[in-house]
Amino acid sequence: MPYFFNTEDDIQAMLDSIGAASIAELFEQVPESLRLNRPLNLPAAMGELELTQHMTGLSNRNQSAGDSICFLGGGSYDHFIPAVVDALASRGEFYTSYTPYQPEVSQGNLQAMFEYQTLICQLTGMDVSNASLYDGGSAVAEAALMSMTVTKRHDKIVVASTLHPEFRQILATYLACLGTELVVVESENGIVTPQAVAQATDDKTACVIVQYPNFFGAIEDAAAIGKVAREAGALFVMSFDPISLGLLKRPGDLGADIAVAEGQGLGTPMSFGGPYLGIMACKEQFVRRMPGRIAGQTKDARGRRCWVLTLQTREQHIRRDKATSNICTNQGLFALRASIYLSVMGPHGLRDAAHLCFQKAHYAAQQIAALDRFQLAWNQPFLKEFVVQDQSGQVQELLDDATEHGYLAGVSLAPWYPELADCFLVAVTERRTKDQIDSLTQYLAQASKLETVSHA
Amino acid sequence: MRNLQASKLIFELSKKGRGSVRLPAADVPETDVRQHLPAYALADKELPMPEVAEPDVIRHFTNLSTMNMSVDTHFYPLGSCTMKYNSKRNERLASLPGFLNVHPYQSEKSMQGLLQLLFELQEYLCEISGLPGVSLQPAAGAQGELAALMTAAAYFRSKGDKRTKVLTPDSAHGTNPASAQMAGFNTVTIKSNQDGFVDMEHFRANLSDDVAVFMITNPNTLGLFDKQVHQIAEEVHQVGGLIYLDGANMNAILGITRPGDFGADMMHYNPHKTFSGPHGGGGPGAGPICVSQELEPFLPSPVVAKDGDHYYLDYDRPQSIGRVRSFFGNVGVLVRAYAYIRTHGPDGLKKVSEHAVLNANYLLSKVKHFLPVPHGDRCMHEFVCTASTLKKEKGVTAMDIAKRLLDFGFHAPTVYFPLVVPECMMIEPTETESKETLDAFAQMLFKITDESAELLHEAPHTTTIRRPDEVTAAREPIVKWQPTGGA
Repeated sequence: MPYFFNTEDDIQAMLDSIGAASIAELFEQVPESLRLNRPLNLPAAMGELELTQHMTGLSNRNQSAGDSICFLGGGSYDHFIPAVVDALASRGEFYTSYTPYQPEVSQGNLQAMFEYQTLICQLTGMDVSNASLYDGGSAVAEAALMSMTVTKRHDKIVVASTLHPEFRQILATYLACLGTELVVVESENGIVTPQAVAQATDDKTACVIVQYPNFFGAIEDAAAIGKVAREAGALFVMSFDPISLGLLKRPGDLGADIAVAEGQGLGTPMSFGGPYLGIMACKEQFVRRMPGRIAGQTKDARGRRCWVLTLQTREQHIRRDKATSNICTNQGLFALRASIYLSVMGPHGLRDAAHLCFQKAHYAAQQIAALDRFQLAWNQPFLKEFVVQDQSGQVQELLDDATEHGYLAGVSLAPWYPELADCFLVAVTERRTKDQIDSLTQYLAQASKLETVSHA
Repeated sequence: MRNLQASKLIFELSKKGRGSVRLPAADVPETDVRQHLPAYALADKELPMPEVAEPDVIRHFTNLSTMNMSVDTHFYPLGSCTMKYNSKRNERLASLPGFLNVHPYQSEKSMQGLLQLLFELQEYLCEISGLPGVSLQPAAGAQGELAALMTAAAYFRSKGDKRTKVLTPDSAHGTNPASAQMAGFNTVTIKSNQDGFVDMEHFRANLSDDVAVFMITNPNTLGLFDKQVHQIAEEVHQVGGLIYLDGANMNAILGITRPGDFGADMMHYNPHKTFSGPHGGGGPGAGPICVSQELEPFLPSPVVAKDGDHYYLDYDRPQSIGRVRSFFGNVGVLVRAYAYIRTHGPDGLKKVSEHAVLNANYLLSKVKHFLPVPHGDRCMHEFVCTASTLKKEKGVTAMDIAKRLLDFGFHAPTVYFPLVVPECMMIEPTETESKETLDAFAQMLFKITDESAELLHEAPHTTTIRRPDEVTAAREPIVKWQPTGGA
């Protein structure tokens, strides 16, 4: 076995010190009747070389985004990750450490958390940020629970149907245990209107949750919806896309009380959906209701500036069943990646990334919509993602065929929006080149022709 | 070598006009942003973020990293956290492009290798737990607890059985009662007896047909295997309740005994502990859960299923609680767990537990002579000793000792947890440490208990900072940097 130290002599010396005759004797606490008296039924051990061959084989049976041209989005994006991010985050002192329970020997992580919180506040325009949650979806659920505590309203949460459907599912799962009603505001032409939100929201509503840009890529009139929420005494929760804030107004500037996000775009690989980064920031007055770790600045015994975990009386290890959340381990490494990413990109890099996403997405949308078989599902402002309607309605067949041809062309909306079963979502990041977009368009044009022939 | 002069924040390194990443100009015909984006959405000011050069970023974060203790650099016997060696091969394997660079909404057909890996991991976790149902979705142990309790709640609802209570021992992790609360239950705390086990009398006094779940950590947080677990399970089952096993301490029992065999109906794993996924400075973890046959239909959706040679995501689970995590969960952590299990095989996993228990008992045999271990001479993978005598005799606390250990290049054990032992230190050496390291640690601990109270109250003495003022930090929280001198 590769990671053990104990030699036969060591084992004997250790057993002597313990006063035990054998290792087996140390397990006497486990009653014989409860023992597994057979080997686990698992495959035999593999050395590093064999395992590398085996797992490379498994890896090769996946079509990676590098083997294809990726236009998939829906909460996970093929954004560019500067080399600096991997170089720094792969330092063992970062990734093999743990939650900074001993601040004297964790100043690196604590300062990084403090910088992350600051960067998130700068990015979002919010007052305070925690040190991360699991992912965008559970961050939405935590924001809903937090809103219920803040407003003392436990009956109802209002959510736009244009919030990521999986985020809504998570919300529904969390709320099912608490008997809180989840009211979904349906969209019209790809967005929810402030009027529709107003109809659903009342004095029992803890919060109104919208996504920005929404799941379809369209940009909601967030400020107007926030106003509706505030008028009903509910909190306004925005689930935002961090890269888009290179061009768009920030949640804090639009009146959000709590801003949450899937932070994957900030330097985290797609990795089939995780681990990712749950971002949460809020207005200052709610900080003591916020879930998750928070780093704070203080002074040490010699008066030096330093950092500690703070406001811990919110947390499960202190408050147990009275805690603001059960969260313990969060996503420290991905918060770190986001900090490195934001530091190296800077305000201009982030603006450029958002700008390129915008330009390329608009070019792609125009090219695709010019084909007979396809059109844009609606005319709404968007940034990097848009919905294409397939006149033939053969979305799944098209996307499967496109994959075989090396295009991860889009995400079918059918699983979540039966009324949009003839639609798919296309995301275009700064990484896509004009050649790649033209190549996709050509493929779609070809598919368009074949479809016409087969229908003829 | 550590640069002791680097103490600035990234914001204090910023200078207007600097910047690192230069993205190319658009290669598509450009269109006017203002024509397409409404004024209510278009940003009208620059983001107030730092502008630093790439070499600045490298030096800044590299210097920060050197201010952490980590498993790669130090012995890290943080009880309950299983800070074992994180193998480099797992990092490289998890970074293979077919695992790292794949999108969660790719078609199943384009993902057969990863789906096979996840399917096999599901089977391994079932085999190790002795429980046949599995979900890899939860993002951390605490979310696994929550997902399993929600699964239990859905199961009871399906039977029209209204149950409101979850029992947790007073030695339980704080996440247990917090998760129970979030899942809509009321928590009742069950006392431990003098030996550190569940107090059966108190347990029975609180057992009724209103009890949904008894959450037990076994081995418990004192590092002891509670032999009563089977009896407890029988009695809970008799009133129609379920047993939840907090799998934080699985490192002690791999291939020795299985939760499913000692009466658990559901459990979570902490792959970042047991299966050596790196802790990442506080995450990511993962929290896969295993459950009994009757609870299986209620697990989160989707799970990986197999039809002939084809692996697919099974969403057709009408009784499922739904989702707790977007996409498929913390896949990167799961890939590392798979690599770990395949590296060890059945014999190797058992050996992991044997050596974790051997190392812990050896350290206990050294430490007990100067720091009493109230719950006996033997332990599983960790043990809890106490400084209460020292505190009485010369006012030295567990925290003093913990801080002093830092001076000698050892990370401190977990202190003041579990709550049932005063002035306690919870020590978990793990199997990936040598006798020499354990000897050095024990020796140093002994030396420290002999040092003067004055010296210890002031410890640590060699770290860049010492005893930060946590009270002021919480009373007047400063949780972000702000520019000085206006703005």
